[in-house]
Amino acid sequence: MPSNLEGALFVFLLATFVGFEVIRRVSPLLHTPLMSLTNAISAISLVGSIAIAGAEKSSLSTVLGTLAVVCAMANVVGGFVITDRMLRMFRKREPGQ
Amino acid sequence: MIAATFTQWSYLAAAALFILSLKWMSHPTTARRSVRAGEIGMALAIAGTLLLHEIVSYRWIVVGIVLGAIIGWPLGAYMPMTHVPQRTALSHAFGALAAAVVGTSEYYLHTVTLPPFTMAVLCVEVILGFLTFTGSLMAAGKLQEWLPSRPILYRGQHIVNLSLFAVAVALAAYLVRHPDRMELFPVMAGLSLLFGILLIIPIGGADMPTVISLLNSYAGLSASAMGFVLDNNLLIVAGALDGSSGFILSVIMCRAMNRSFTNVLFGGFGQVRLTAGAAERKSVRSATAEEAATLLEAASSVIIVPGYGMAVAQAQHKVRELYDALTRRGVDVKFAIHPVAGRMPGHMNVLLAEADIPYDRLVEMEEVNPEFPRADVALVIGANDVTNPAARHDPASPIHGMPILDVDKARTVMVIKRSMSPGFAGIDNELYYMDKTLMLFGDAKHFVGELVKEMTGARIGA
Repeated sequence: MPSNLEGALFVFLLATFVGFEVIRRVSPLLHTPLMSLTNAISAISLVGSIAIAGAEKSSLSTVLGTLAVVCAMANVVGGFVITDRMLRMFRKREPGQ
Repeated sequence: MIAATFTQWSYLAAAALFILSLKWMSHPTTARRSVRAGEIGMALAIAGTLLLHEIVSYRWIVVGIVLGAIIGWPLGAYMPMTHVPQRTALSHAFGALAAAVVGTSEYYLHTVTLPPFTMAVLCVEVILGFLTFTGSLMAAGKLQEWLPSRPILYRGQHIVNLSLFAVAVALAAYLVRHPDRMELFPVMAGLSLLFGILLIIPIGGADMPTVISLLNSYAGLSASAMGFVLDNNLLIVAGALDGSSGFILSVIMCRAMNRSFTNVLFGGFGQVRLTAGAAERKSVRSATAEEAATLLEAASSVIIVPGYGMAVAQAQHKVRELYDALTRRGVDVKFAIHPVAGRMPGHMNVLLAEADIPYDRLVEMEEVNPEFPRADVALVIGANDVTNPAARHDPASPIHGMPILDVDKARTVMVIKRSMSPGFAGIDNELYYMDKTLMLFGDAKHFVGELVKEMTGARIGA
C-alpha cells in the first residue's frame, strides 16, 4: 500500500507531463509502432504480477497473479518483437537503387 | 537489503530507459534504438523484481512467463501488417486484464485493511481494466470482422450504457467507504465487463483508429492505478506514459475527423445517411488502364493517395511496382497520408513501408496539401471520404469540417474504385463527378498491375 501518497501522485503527474511532451514529438509516420511500443512498456505491470504470483499468499491471489503474468508477458514479448519488425521496414531509398 | 536496493535502482534505470525509448521514437533513424532501450529497461526491472524477498516460490512465475512468451511470440513475429490493428486491440485487452486481476487479488488479500484512497484507486484500476478488457476484445473482433463492423444502434442505448456505468461507479464509491462488503465487488467487476462490450457495439469500423487509441489510454491508466495500489513508482510512470500516448493519439484522430470524443463514443457514425446523395445520378468519365498509363507517364509529378481499400485489396506491393516504374521514368512520386488512413494511427505508413516504399516519400496531410495544385496527377487508390471536397464547402455534408487531402486541386485526378458505392460515412463523393476526374473501375491490385504492365511493356516496345 502506498506509504507516501503525495509522492506517488507527484510521480504520476510528472510522468504524464513528460509523456505528453515526448509523445507530441513522435513523427506521425511512426504512430503504429509507437502504440505497440507503449503497449510493451506498460506491460511492466509484469513486475507487479510476478510479486503477487510468487508471494503465494492465497490460492486465489496465486491464480490471478499467474494469469496476470501470462497476459503481461505476452505483451512484453509480442510488443517488442512486432515494434522491432515494423521499424526495420522503415528505410530510406539507398543511393544507386 | 542489497537485493532490495538493487530492485529500487533497477526500477529507476528502467523508468529512465522507457522515457528515452519514447524519445527516440521521434524519428525513424533513431527508432530502432528505442526498442533496445525498452527491452533493456524491461529486463532490468524483471531481474530486480525476481530478487524481491516476498517471493517465496518461482514455480508459478515460471509457468506464467513461459506461457506468456508462447502466446506473445506469434503475436509479434508472425502477425501480418494488415492485422496490426486487431493485434494491438488484443494486446490492450491483455494489458487491461492483467491490471484488473491484480487489482482483484489485492482486494481479496487486504480487504478490511484497505484505506479509502487505496480502495478508490483500486476500484479505478478494476473498473477501467475490466471495461478495457472486454471493449478491446470487441474492437479486435470488429477489426477481424468476426463481429459486424458496422455500428449497431438501438433505442435507449446510451441511457442503458450510462446507467450501467453509473451503477458500477456508485458501487465503487460505496466500497471505498465499506471495503468489507465483499459481495459487491464481483458485481462491480461484472458491470464493468458488460459496459466494455456495450460501449463498443455502437461504434463503426471507420472510428476504430480513435477507439483503439482511447482503449490504449485506458489500459495505460489502469496500469498506472495498479502502481498506486502496489506502491510501485515504475508502474505509475510506465502506465502514465502509455496513458498519455493513447490520449494524444485519440485527440489527433478526433481532430483528423473533426469529431469530438462524445461524438465518436455515442455517434454511431456511418449508418445514418446511407440514403442521402443517392438521389441524383450524375455522369462520370471512366478510362482504361492504357489511357491512364499514358497520362501517368507524361506527368512530371504524381501524388498517390492510398486508403484502407488499398490494404483490403492487398495492392501495396503492386503500388510499389508502380512507384518504381514511374520513378525510373523520372516522375516525382509522393504518397499523401491522411491521419485516419487505415485502421489505426499510422497504419498506412507501416503498410507502405512494408512494401519497401522509402519513408521519405510518405508525406503527411499538412505538408502535402500545398503540393496538390502543382501535381499533374493525383491517383486515389481505395480512399474515399478523406478526398471529398464537400468537407470543405458543403455545410450540409456529414463530414463538413473534416480536414481532407486537396486531391481536387491536382491537374488530373484518377480514382481506382470497384464501383460507385459510397464510403464508410455513406456519403457520395463529388470528386468523382468533376470534369478532370477519371474513374478507373476495377480491383485495386489488378488495376495497378495493369498500369504497371502498360508502362513496362511500353518501355520494352520503345
